Amino acid sequence: MKFVDNVKPDVTTDIVYMMCPMHLLKLEEQMKELEPGQILEIMTDYDGAFEDIPDWCKKTGNEFLGVQESPDFYKFYIKKGTR
Amino acid sequence: MKKYYFDHVATNPLHPAVLESMMPYFKEEFGNPLSVYEYGMNAKNAIESARGQVAALIHAKAAEIIFTSSGAEANNFALRGIALARQNEGKHVLVSRMEHHSVLNAARFLEKSGFTVTYLPVDKNGFVDPDTVKKMITKETTLISVIHASSEVGTIEPIREIVKIAKEYNIMVHTDAVATTGNIPVDIMELGVDLLSMAAHQFYGPKGAAALYVKQGTRIVPLIYGGIQESGRRAGTENVPAIVGMGKAAEIAAAGLQSKMDYLMPLRDRIIDTMANVDRVYLTGDRHKRLPGHASFCVEYIEGEAMLLLLAAKGILSASGSACSSKALKASPVLLSMGIPSGLAQGSIVFSLGMDNAPEDIEYLTAEFPAVIKRLREISPYAQGWGDKEEGGSCTAKK
Repeated sequence: MKFVDNVKPDVTTDIVYMMCPMHLLKLEEQMKELEPGQILEIMTDYDGAFEDIPDWCKKTGNEFLGVQESPDFYKFYIKKGTR
Repeated sequence: MKKYYFDHVATNPLHPAVLESMMPYFKEEFGNPLSVYEYGMNAKNAIESARGQVAALIHAKAAEIIFTSSGAEANNFALRGIALARQNEGKHVLVSRMEHHSVLNAARFLEKSGFTVTYLPVDKNGFVDPDTVKKMITKETTLISVIHASSEVGTIEPIREIVKIAKEYNIMVHTDAVATTGNIPVDIMELGVDLLSMAAHQFYGPKGAAALYVKQGTRIVPLIYGGIQESGRRAGTENVPAIVGMGKAAEIAAAGLQSKMDYLMPLRDRIIDTMANVDRVYLTGDRHKRLPGHASFCVEYIEGEAMLLLLAAKGILSASGSACSSKALKASPVLLSMGIPSGLAQGSIVFSLGMDNAPEDIEYLTAEFPAVIKRLREISPYAQGWGDKEEGGSCTAKK
């Protein structure tokens, strides 16, 4: 897993405590709103996102930038691809 | 025999238009809202439409409404969900002594789970004092829950003032507005609360549909885990007909709110004014800041249950405090918290009015109720000076 610091997101979505698979549904919903090259930050406490979000990025042509740990949740960073 | 229903805080009959709105979702529109085909999409659209109607009733955004199965579930969700979500910031919760059991027992669960709960005292009219709230706040406090109006005594609490204090300390405020939503103006923007519970059957909607308002951006731990219904915050296949009915009931309530209040208040006052002339009958709750259709009393020397039975024999249907306390034959904790002696609290009775009550019904009640009291006192040993008689409580209408 790639861990990152100081990524500057264009949009942030807070889904802490929301149940699986909201991390994928919100991800898809938010990415539709972004322009190619823009970065989405997703805040979640769901461990399964470590596997699901990078996989989703591979399948959909978006770039998984990495994850930052906070005390109670994780911040995932995704850059919108061009396709 | 004609029945006179004066127990509208327990529940209300369905509005005919509400029932009509629900019917298709029992029959041809039976789809699961998560299904991707037409049946599912129709059900999903119906829920989202209801969400907008419910949000409009309290001036919230549609996304801030989470449907639940009952007011009790909404209250449990609010207390447990916020206390757990914020436990790293602090583990102290404030709740008033006026609360419904669904708040009090959720608070007790939190106590058993390692939280500290402080129970806010109330004055003789049932008011929580905002200054007392301020004194009881600690650096660990994350949530305050104060009922908007008690269904037992009708007193409307100073929620806005409590919110003002809470915000100084970054504390969230929940209010149980089950008795008020659809009955008096409930405006999220004006109240400023972070969470608010409501139930459809309190405003002529169906049982089985209720909601928790959660201010946008608030993290809350789910009460029920499962699927992605309600944006992943409340799992379980939705009760689509009931939710549709709640939406319609909210729309009707919003349109008729002022006329409903204008109709009920004079009827309520007629009961209160009549009973003020009956010896040793005390109004409970505040005389003015109370629910529009709510008249509650403590009657000395008589048990509430005896009054209920004799009144029911005359077709008059009422309650002796909260449904829970009434069934358990216990003195109401709410009345005791107001300083009413336990003996007097046993003589509690509540008349809650609705749009189906005609002025003539009130005349019947105000003629029959004093007669029932007289009859019961004739056979009450306490009225004849037997036993350890307690003095009357600190009720507001004491003569």
